[in-house]
Amino acid sequence: MTQTSRLTPETGFMEHIEASTGIRISACFQCKKCTNGCPVTFAMDVYPDQVIRLIHMGMRDQVLSCGTIWVCAACETCTTRCPNDIDIAGVMDYLKERAVASGVSIPQQRTKLFHEAFLNDVRRRGRLSEGRMLQSYMLKSGELWRKIKDGEIGEEISLGVNMFRKGRMSLIPKGVRSKSEIRAILK
Amino acid sequence: MKVTYYPGCSLEGTARDYAQSIEGVCRYLGIELQELSDWNCCGATAAHSLNHRASILLPGRNLVLAEGLGNDLVVPCPLCFNRLKTAEKALLEDGGEDDFGVAYEGKIRIHDLANFLARNELLDLIQQKVSRPLTNLTAVCYYGCMSSRPPKITDSSEHENPTSMDRILDRLGVQVKPWSHKTDCCGASHAVARRDIVFTLVEGLYDKAVEAGADCIVVSCQMCQANLDMFQGKIASEFGKPYYLPVLYFTELIGLAAGLAETGEWLKKHFTEPQPLFNRIGLSA
Repeated sequence: MTQTSRLTPETGFMEHIEASTGIRISACFQCKKCTNGCPVTFAMDVYPDQVIRLIHMGMRDQVLSCGTIWVCAACETCTTRCPNDIDIAGVMDYLKERAVASGVSIPQQRTKLFHEAFLNDVRRRGRLSEGRMLQSYMLKSGELWRKIKDGEIGEEISLGVNMFRKGRMSLIPKGVRSKSEIRAILK
Repeated sequence: MKVTYYPGCSLEGTARDYAQSIEGVCRYLGIELQELSDWNCCGATAAHSLNHRASILLPGRNLVLAEGLGNDLVVPCPLCFNRLKTAEKALLEDGGEDDFGVAYEGKIRIHDLANFLARNELLDLIQQKVSRPLTNLTAVCYYGCMSSRPPKITDSSEHENPTSMDRILDRLGVQVKPWSHKTDCCGASHAVARRDIVFTLVEGLYDKAVEAGADCIVVSCQMCQANLDMFQGKIASEFGKPYYLPVLYFTELIGLAAGLAETGEWLKKHFTEPQPLFNRIGLSA
């Protein structure tokens, strides 16, 4: 028996992103310069030029659930080199935000949790405490338990001890006075 | 000369060596750094990944505070610099103030620290202060991404081949090697959730630095410094290559060449200790 899969493109997907971001995705003529200059394609499931093409075709779910948008390191090489002036890294950001809002399953869960731990920490004091953010990330992501189980925790502890010994970890986090202004921004 | 100074969060934590070297060198050069009062985090990668509006409003708050002080803003962290510049462009474009509700007029300029110190008059001053030229030191300058790209945001005129640190190190007597990976990415904050990506990228950087004949890698970004310095032993053992490349801030080299006594304290904070290299080339910190 042959199995057929149904494609369900969302018409207007690209137009919606263009209107929301001002980024002219429709200008792409698939030269693949973005992908050729991208330093992290080795870790991607869909290449940057393919993300753009999938948007052209209205393949919303494929785009929002791909790992690539989270693997993008935001180095801005693609954005800089695109001959059609498409802010590809900006598209990746838009897609991450939309993926979270739409509730699709996110394949790079840890990366998302890291960003959330970062913003939660900034919301508290207006400045980031690297140590506290990392503790919160390790707990929420389950990485603490995994590392204990896999015996990797010793390495993390020794990294932390070395950072402290070398004066590269602050124990008392600093913050802003106007915390209400920060909370109003990071509602 | 007086400027407003935005250190950014990691200079209060993992990059205290960078913070101390900047303060020491600027004091020595007669540049008064006035820390921006009540500055907040720029939001970094987390904000531009998850909350576009906050990624403009967080740095926007700092810009408004800095504009109130009137002097130009100097920023050592390239990511903070990039986010502040992004907010500047967003707030100053047509309708920007209406979109974000932030009144920023753009009366001040935002400078990346390395570019700021590489201006001709400061280069001459830096050279005058050299008491022991670093002629036996061979280095590559590694700029990373954010002080250069995208040029539409950074206003860089040399984004594919930045030269600010090259020009400064040249005045210190360092033998600066050309190489291919000046602006290649180190993986930045992937060091937390996808360390494998960082290790792969950094291995490539080490290989190219060694190929160029460098004894050390000189940086202006504390994220690059952390990724290249803190995991060097682990990356060496994982890839089975005996890397030894101290990762030094360009400000530390200015201190070293000027004979500033506190330079040794800054250098002690590094994981890949530079002392064996300095011993080999007859340099004392």
